Amino acid sequence: MAPILDINKLYKNYGPVEILKDINISIEPGDFLVLVGPSGCGKSTLLNCIAGLEEITDGTLAIGGKDMTHVSPKDRDIAMVFQSYALYPTMSVAKNITFGMKVRGVDQATMDAKLRDVASLLQIEPLLHRRPSQLSGGQRQRVAMGRALVRDPKLFLFDEPLSNLDAKLRVEMRTEIKKLHQTLDASIVYVTHDQIEAMTLATKIVVLKGGIVQQIGTPAEIYNNPANLFVADFMGSPAMNLIPAQASNNGSGTQISIARESGETLVLNDARNLSLPQDVILGLRPEDIAEAGFRAGAGVQEAECMVDMVEPAGADTYVVSELGGKQVTARLHAETSAQAGKTLNLAFDMSKVSYFAKETGERLN
Amino acid sequence: MSEWLENHLPKVVLAPSFIAVLIFVYGFIGWTAWVSLTRSKLLPKYEIHGFIQYERLFDSPRWDTAINNLYIFGALFIVIAMVLGLLLAILLDQKIRVEGAIRTIYLYPMALSMIVTGTAWKWILNPGLGIESMVQGWGFPNFEFDWLVNPDYAIYTIVLAAIWQSSGFVMALFLAGLRSVDGEIIKAAQVDGIPTWRIYTAIIIPSMAPIFLSAFIVLAHLAIKSFDLVIALTGGGPGYATDLPATYMYAMAFSRGDIGQAASSAMIMMLVVFAIVVPYLYSELRAKND
Amino acid sequence: MTDLSMPQTQTRSQSNTSKIALRWLLYILLGLFALYYLMPLFVMLTTSLKSLEEIRTGSLISLPREVSFDAWKTAWSGACTGIQCEGLRPYFWNSVLIAVPAVFLSTLIGALNGYVVAQWRFKGANIIFSLMLFGCFIPFQVVLLPMARLLGMMGIAGTIPGLIFVHVIYGLGFTTLFFRNYYVTIPAELTKAARVDGAGFMRIFWSIFLPLSLPIIVVTVIWQFTQIWNDFLFGVSFSQAGTQPVTVALNNIVNSTTGVKEYNVDMAAAIIAGLPTLFVYVVAGKYFIRGLTAGSVKG
Repeated sequence: MAPILDINKLYKNYGPVEILKDINISIEPGDFLVLVGPSGCGKSTLLNCIAGLEEITDGTLAIGGKDMTHVSPKDRDIAMVFQSYALYPTMSVAKNITFGMKVRGVDQATMDAKLRDVASLLQIEPLLHRRPSQLSGGQRQRVAMGRALVRDPKLFLFDEPLSNLDAKLRVEMRTEIKKLHQTLDASIVYVTHDQIEAMTLATKIVVLKGGIVQQIGTPAEIYNNPANLFVADFMGSPAMNLIPAQASNNGSGTQISIARESGETLVLNDARNLSLPQDVILGLRPEDIAEAGFRAGAGVQEAECMVDMVEPAGADTYVVSELGGKQVTARLHAETSAQAGKTLNLAFDMSKVSYFAKETGERLN
Repeated sequence: MSEWLENHLPKVVLAPSFIAVLIFVYGFIGWTAWVSLTRSKLLPKYEIHGFIQYERLFDSPRWDTAINNLYIFGALFIVIAMVLGLLLAILLDQKIRVEGAIRTIYLYPMALSMIVTGTAWKWILNPGLGIESMVQGWGFPNFEFDWLVNPDYAIYTIVLAAIWQSSGFVMALFLAGLRSVDGEIIKAAQVDGIPTWRIYTAIIIPSMAPIFLSAFIVLAHLAIKSFDLVIALTGGGPGYATDLPATYMYAMAFSRGDIGQAASSAMIMMLVVFAIVVPYLYSELRAKND
Repeated sequence: MTDLSMPQTQTRSQSNTSKIALRWLLYILLGLFALYYLMPLFVMLTTSLKSLEEIRTGSLISLPREVSFDAWKTAWSGACTGIQCEGLRPYFWNSVLIAVPAVFLSTLIGALNGYVVAQWRFKGANIIFSLMLFGCFIPFQVVLLPMARLLGMMGIAGTIPGLIFVHVIYGLGFTTLFFRNYYVTIPAELTKAARVDGAGFMRIFWSIFLPLSLPIIVVTVIWQFTQIWNDFLFGVSFSQAGTQPVTVALNNIVNSTTGVKEYNVDMAAAIIAGLPTLFVYVVAGKYFIRGLTAGSVKG
């Protein structure tokens, strides 16, 4: 099948400023693509380019196999949900949802039928005659989605649709969007700065920074094998521990030395036979550091560490210790006996380690 | 074609206004500037003769009076209207019961035409029948109040009427400014036990600096353009004792048939306005466009 | 703002009586100022209801012994502006004929301009807007001479259409400013959503922006109406006998030197000329003030 969205060598400049550089993305029908990155990374601009709301400077863009590079938004067969919902303030909910059909000259009977379908799908029937100003944030969000759904487009575009909701509602709506995606088998491009949203919703994630694609992959690929230091640091909460270390190959495996506060060196062995430069950044997720005895496996290495801080977080307890001049976080079980100022035996799962080049930040293994 | 039109409609819609502004504002300023450099009299001529009109202008005792009057009128009008406006705003800011009604009374003169204001004050200041005769009737037969017809004082009657007309507006500006001061800062000051008058002088008024600037710009602009009020109140007289640049320009243009003088005096007025307004607008626009 | 009149930190030395006295002083001051602002209106009204005889013999601020509306009748339909003695009536209607179309046109064009500048930014749009804005502040003396010539060339010198034209042109800066400042507060996403929905430039203006615009339309209409109704400079420069607006006619009545000076008629005429804008102010004062402050503060 042809890709539903195919972006090829896309560039976008505002005057002399390059906003997007050499973007190449392709997704299949039914994919849920999440564009994620810090604010100002160009993700919303990219979404606007896909919608046709911004002209692109160079490159091509196809939707559903058709070249759409210079086609106006209304002819791209897309629907869009905005961060501020962008509901038409003077129109009722029903009129908001049917405005697009009215503009396109759809007959009244079809309009009514589609409105009924969408309203029941989103359970907003009682709201149809209200004005947007009479709705709660969550209800507005539903109406905005209804306006998109009624179009039944080839491609849905979501521009940070949950960021104006409070934390609890955000989680609820996230689940609902995911459900909608599964029931409708829709193709979606979704912009967010929230990496948890990206992880939970996406079938495919694009991490952007400074207008450049950092990595494209499934959530698992991005999480387990980040392509560079930026992705490693950006995805995951608490963030991946990134510890400066010295690497040497002893023929059968890799020996890693990490400077400690006390002046001694912590030596850990990675059983993988890797060829690494001497100076590396070692990346290890907090959940891959456990209390000794609670983690087993071929790659697990134990070492005694000084606990600087203990942060209970309900289900888990985070323990912070200093290694290689960095605050290193370990995710322990809730009943741990760790105490600040005392030493604790920690188990490092070396089979999960990512290595990054010190200078370029690129992944080495 | 329709695609092109749809894409360019915003520009097409704005174009006529833009062209109109180019012609009727900037083109016309250019025309006036050009003519101010010629020997135009009753009809415009277009051969440039340097700055002779400006030399004539600055040699003219009537223009001299007009400029002097502008200084007196402008300074008094701006200072008194701002002081009065600030005073009224602070008085009204004390949780007054009938604030709405009082505000309405203070501000209504702003809705009136300067011609109406001038006509009313002309009558009130009429030496024979106005305030003068009223006070004489109260038992002060020697009371004199003939500013309207006294060449040395007539300009102050214009100040009086202009302040009556505009001070309520300054009050409205300042009142809005007082109300926009962050309430938490004031609460913090009250908790610290700072007396009310100190809260005004040390916290509220300094934070209103932009409003003072706006009020000054508006009043200065009004002062320089003042025309109707002079015409209605004194007609520029007695003699030309109350001429302002605007009435001078009008007299040259439409009754003296001296287009060169009219153009050069208009240019001076514009330069004065721009010297005040342009830096202000420039900074405002820069702030707005990040 | 917080309540400054009743500080939370009251000291015991501040007795209640002195506070009440201060309060009284405050109200007396406010009342005196109210009298100052009302006095001219009061004098105009009473004078217009007095006979000439009573004006000559009575005091400026006394109430009329005998209320007479003769001066009002004369002012409306009999007072002389120079050689003609038809009162203010024809000129009052001239002003209506000038103000209504000029207000309508300048508001409509200003709304479209503001919509473009705020929501459809294109390269150079900001420069165009700045140029228009600077145009608001020029002293009109600088365009008087060339405008007089141009109106002559267009054949509308001294006509009501000519005055409408002038008022529309020089009102555009402010009307554009008003609408632009209103429309920039409307999120750009609304326009984007409508474009994705398939609506074009005019459809978005008509279906989405115009229904939102009632408050700013009221502000703009009031501002423009007040400006145009109260205008004197353009009226006196670009009209001729028969097409003069009411402000020019009022000035002519007051300064006409034929016959006895009828102060009561002058005052009645002044009130008549001021009534429409006064009425607007009383009915929609909130919008009037908003226009004044918006027109002067926001750049």
